[in-house]
Amino acid sequence: MSGEILVVVEHDRGVALDTSYQAFGLARTLLAAGVGSSITAVVIGADGDSLADEVGAHGAALALRVHHSELSDYAPEAWGDVVAELIVSRSPVAVVATGTDRGNEVLAHTSAIADLPFAANVIAVSAGDGLSLTRVRWGGSLLEQAHLDAAVFVLSAATHSFSAEPSGGGDAAIEVIEPALAATASRTRIVDRVTLAAGVTLTTAAVVVSGGRGVGSADGFAPLIELADLLSGAVGCSRVVTNNGWRPHSDQVGQTGKRIAPELYIACGISGAIQHWVGMMASKHVLAINTDNEANMVGKAEYAVIGDLHQILPAVSEEIRRRRATA
Amino acid sequence: MSSDFPTSAKVVVIGAGIVGNAVVGHLAELGWRDIVQIDKGPLPNPGGSTGHASNFIFPVDHNREMAMLNLDSQRQYAEMGVNNACGGIEVARTPERLEEFRRRMVSAKNWGIDARLVTPAEIKEMVPFINEEILLGGFYTPSVSVVDSLRAGTIFRERAQALNALQTFANVEVEDMIVEDGVIKAVVTDRGRIDAEYVVVACGVWSPRIAAMAGVEIPLTPAVHQMIDVGPIPILEASNTEVGYPIIRDMDTFCYERQSAGSMEVGSYAHRPIFMTADEIPSIKESKLSPTELPITMDDFDPQLEQALELMPDILATAEIKYAINGLLSLTPDGFPLIGEIPGVSNLWSCAAIWIKEGPGAARMLAEWMTHGQPEIDPHHSDISRFYPYARNDHHVRARCAEHFNKTYGIVHPREQWASERDIRTAPYKDRTDALGAYYFQAGGWERPHWYESNRPLVAKYGVEDRPHEWDARWWSPIINAEHIAMKETVGMVDLAPFVVYDITGPGAMAYLQGLTVNNVDVAIGKSVYTPVLDVNGGFRSDLTMMRLGTDFYRVITGAFDGPRDAFWFKKHLPADGSVRFEDKTSAFATIGLWGPKAREVMAKLTTSDVSNEAFPYGTTQEVLFGSLAVRLFRISYVGELGWEIYVPMENARAVWDLIAAAGQESGIVPVGAGVYGTTGRLEKGYRLMGAELDGEYTPVEAGLARPKVKSADFIGKAAYLAARDAVPAAVLCTLTVEDHVSPRDGIKRYMTGGETILTLDGNRIVDAKGRISTVTTAGSGPALGKFLLMAYLTPELAVVGADLLVNYMNESYPVKVAVAGPTPVFDPTDARMKA
Amino acid sequence: MTELRILVCVKRVPAPGARITLTADRQSIDSKNLGFATSPHEECAVEGAIQLVEMHGGSATVLTLGAAEADEQLRYAVSVGINAAVHVTHAGLTDGTDFDAQATARALTSAIASLEAAGGAFDLILFGNESADSGGFQVGVRVARTLGRAIVNGIKHIEISDGVVTARRESAEGFEVYQLPLPAMLGVKEGLNLPRYPTLPGRLKSKKVEVLVVGADRANGGLTTFGFDNAAEVVVQTTMLGKGPEAAPAIVDLLEELGLL
Repeated sequence: MSGEILVVVEHDRGVALDTSYQAFGLARTLLAAGVGSSITAVVIGADGDSLADEVGAHGAALALRVHHSELSDYAPEAWGDVVAELIVSRSPVAVVATGTDRGNEVLAHTSAIADLPFAANVIAVSAGDGLSLTRVRWGGSLLEQAHLDAAVFVLSAATHSFSAEPSGGGDAAIEVIEPALAATASRTRIVDRVTLAAGVTLTTAAVVVSGGRGVGSADGFAPLIELADLLSGAVGCSRVVTNNGWRPHSDQVGQTGKRIAPELYIACGISGAIQHWVGMMASKHVLAINTDNEANMVGKAEYAVIGDLHQILPAVSEEIRRRRATA
Repeated sequence: MSSDFPTSAKVVVIGAGIVGNAVVGHLAELGWRDIVQIDKGPLPNPGGSTGHASNFIFPVDHNREMAMLNLDSQRQYAEMGVNNACGGIEVARTPERLEEFRRRMVSAKNWGIDARLVTPAEIKEMVPFINEEILLGGFYTPSVSVVDSLRAGTIFRERAQALNALQTFANVEVEDMIVEDGVIKAVVTDRGRIDAEYVVVACGVWSPRIAAMAGVEIPLTPAVHQMIDVGPIPILEASNTEVGYPIIRDMDTFCYERQSAGSMEVGSYAHRPIFMTADEIPSIKESKLSPTELPITMDDFDPQLEQALELMPDILATAEIKYAINGLLSLTPDGFPLIGEIPGVSNLWSCAAIWIKEGPGAARMLAEWMTHGQPEIDPHHSDISRFYPYARNDHHVRARCAEHFNKTYGIVHPREQWASERDIRTAPYKDRTDALGAYYFQAGGWERPHWYESNRPLVAKYGVEDRPHEWDARWWSPIINAEHIAMKETVGMVDLAPFVVYDITGPGAMAYLQGLTVNNVDVAIGKSVYTPVLDVNGGFRSDLTMMRLGTDFYRVITGAFDGPRDAFWFKKHLPADGSVRFEDKTSAFATIGLWGPKAREVMAKLTTSDVSNEAFPYGTTQEVLFGSLAVRLFRISYVGELGWEIYVPMENARAVWDLIAAAGQESGIVPVGAGVYGTTGRLEKGYRLMGAELDGEYTPVEAGLARPKVKSADFIGKAAYLAARDAVPAAVLCTLTVEDHVSPRDGIKRYMTGGETILTLDGNRIVDAKGRISTVTTAGSGPALGKFLLMAYLTPELAVVGADLLVNYMNESYPVKVAVAGPTPVFDPTDARMKA
Repeated sequence: MTELRILVCVKRVPAPGARITLTADRQSIDSKNLGFATSPHEECAVEGAIQLVEMHGGSATVLTLGAAEADEQLRYAVSVGINAAVHVTHAGLTDGTDFDAQATARALTSAIASLEAAGGAFDLILFGNESADSGGFQVGVRVARTLGRAIVNGIKHIEISDGVVTARRESAEGFEVYQLPLPAMLGVKEGLNLPRYPTLPGRLKSKKVEVLVVGADRANGGLTTFGFDNAAEVVVQTTMLGKGPEAAPAIVDLLEELGLL
């Protein structure tokens, strides 16, 4: 199948994300599978013009700069319309983007307008009669084998499944396009941006220092509070702690408490009952501090330290202060 | 994680829930070392039933063994500091339940547990958010507690570790069990093989799977118990504690409401029985919560929501259902735990089907049993060897569990019969007993006539009084008493097909039996021996009769209820040299009893053999012909009358039944049910029954079964037996008569069912020097005496003929009098009738 | 403004949280131990709808496309406060199976169009950003495009005033704000709110609600599933940072590495 593969280059007011170029990885994989014969980058909005200079290194022979007065910032309907127009005007073999929130959203709009199927979060493709592909479901835990039968293959690349590294290649040729956007296209656009104010809560904190039975008493939480303060984090606890009245119910993490997803969850003296785990399993990283190396929490955590939290936490706080003082 | 996974151990304990943990703790305390404990889940909550348990203990149980296990467990939890006595109230919505509470008061008093009946207003005072308007009353037990079973488990492990007795390995899965020559040898795990002298299966709902790997059965089924957590509830949050209000058991809806910090846990035993198999339970990874916390099937719970709302409208109307599970727990066919060495594989022990409330006690029972050969609390009901083969499979387990699941909070009569799994063992002449209108009770799986409707006219003939209270008359008929009188006037025939028959043969037979029995079995061929069989502590393991049929040939007869336990005991002690053969002949023979003053008259028509007292004295056995059919006669009686047990090959049994019926016609023969055989006839003769009067906690001396002399041969329990003979007995088994049946409360005549407490005239329990409580072991009519009889152990100073005492029945006192202290029958004390 | 009319579209999915087991033929998910739930984003959509109705008045309707068993999810929504329920179904749907994304969008669009023809337009239609199981990221957008209505995905905050919905979407530094004139649609994400659980009376009420059952046509799209595989399992290898207070520097190194100092 010869023809163009359109790659939608995701950017935010001219800044490409780390993941943006992964879509080129998928496009090159399609080329290698015999789908399409060239890559065309689509950079929407004048803010992104400079990115058109980058895409050649990722395999694009051509970069389309899409200019329109309504395209000054991300606008999902307008972006979708733009790509749909390109499908009509250029008849590409495939349209791809990275499977981020924006990437999937734009392709959803595009495929809806063009009445094409759309396969989100693809990790592998092979050409045959149509396109055979593998995509991820269930947040990555399940792989779906599927067949895509369409005039134009609309695909998003599951993040971190294709290389974002430059593949080598000369500068892409540049074309400027001015689409005819419908009046309604700009009704969904960013009207304001808010930078999150400080003010840490258990549900928003990047670090949660959480205590369980091993803390031993209400007073025992002092070193946890100290560390949480140093890290601008929040203090959490397990059910047994609130049952004992050591901390208020509002601090409880778990099945019958809050469900949180901090960057780092420091579980101090928490055995890791299933009901607790349910509340913090979305944490990006977990550090367990426990006297028992057979504890459930230790086995499930990414990092662990064995020992008494009442000795370890003050030492950590001290170390932080020392480093900050010398920094 | 440690890489030094052991390759051998003295004992491997599989399971780290409350049971496995308590087992390793107790084994270590009793001196065991080199214990390796494994569990496929993580610690401290490996994902079994312990992890989602409601953790409360209502100590009062009608059954002594369970009450003792509950109390022992509660003491152990308290000693570890994890027993929170919040109190508990069982509430009644129906008059039947109030009556049940009166019965519970007796059991509470029996076990020395403080309890009282409370009014709806008193309930409201303790639980201000309850709707007392729908309640009739309550049964309040201040010592009801909530325990921390996970913490207790950790403490048990730590104690064993402190003794250097234990290594525990989490996340280790058992893949196989190695058995050689009927002995457990090793456990194969995903981390390697562990050779072991002993293995304990203590892994709850997974136990059947592990047992199956060893080729044996642990007859339990994982079953769903639904539970929801409703909150937050401000009044509960304000208590600032795990449990600040008494636990409510809404008995008539089969539900409980237990505070769990700021919310209310509502649990149900009211929904349809939902069972799984051990293999169907999801793995830890496949489970959203844990393998034993399955997604709730909410439709099953909806009726309970309405009932809970009705009971606690103020707090439950706005709170949210935050957590809801189909929690798995273990159920057994008869509702009792599965403790002991598993029949079929030596040194492989079970400690399964145990709930939080009895966990530590059950573990102590097992550890003592493994250490000393017998636990302190008699394990009769929990003994895993109690099941016949038919009762060990999934089909039977599920049928029975389906039947009793909804009786978890039910009112279960002491004589209650099962509806499922009936007609599975029947005598060949059952069409005959059917035609006579037999009402069957089940004994060892057999259908056994308890009385015959054909005898109803005898009720009027003998003027037998009915029992006016429905409870007393349930599973009973006045026909029983009429049959009793008729038999003693003429002659009766009794279906005894359930008798258990073992043939012990071989050159070592006599020596082997001498080693198991108290009485001398070296009797002449054709004679018989009745003997206690003791455990190592000198308590009763069994009592049975054996006929000597040859120099090396004994036929052992034992009761239907204890057949499997006895078989286990006999097989366990068979000599290894092959000099003794054990054969179970139960299915080969039916037995028919023929007793009454006219029994000889009838027998003379059946056989040409000489059946005179001289030619066929009491206690002897002969083979004779009934026409062309060879039968074995055994001149013995459990009902105090002249007559024989007739052992007949199964295929001849129906013909022989007809021969007896025909031969007896002129003499006025009546069919007589087990109501007479097992209760009225036996009671009048003061015969003791294993499991009622006789158990591991009482000795032959106390039971009045010690003979003047002790045989020279050694036997199991001999040392303890000799010591018991030298000591003043702490208790004496007595027969008492009820002097007045009229209830002080409502003027209705009441009749005890057994299990009641004997009280002194000032209303105190009678506790003997060994701490045992005087309770009624058997209650029943003595129709020939015109008295209602009770058997009970009394302390020696009260065991005096004519002594006046009280029996506490349904929380009311009735006067009783000691009729006999010791084994003398109250009826025909010289046994003249049966030796005629 | 008159009272709000809100529609929430939900999907019944195998309850997430455990490892997914496949049937032997790998054609579907073995859900016997899983139970089913409302897809988590949509649970938040349901809660969001209830909160908006509580604040502004009006009514919220829940709609699903699914097998007969999906009735459970409709009633669950009612048990937490949704007012009415619509079950779009098709004889070919069995529990645990679904239409492809295009077919789903077509069936939903047609059902919504009929509802609106009968009862007036919905001011706000909420979808989950994507379903937990099939994760197609497109059904809401397809419906919106066909109905000609504005939609933004990834929403974690909703306010309505003066006929305009203000919605926030998370971004790297905080959030982006979108404003859409009503009627509008939103694809929402978990985190929009903390969904309530049913009360006992709510649960009992939901048993009695009359669910409007509507038949659907199945017009398949171009993406056909023909099997599943489990992704290679990520085994958590616990990294031991040390024992006792001596491990403090290692812990602080970790904090630095994660950019949390």
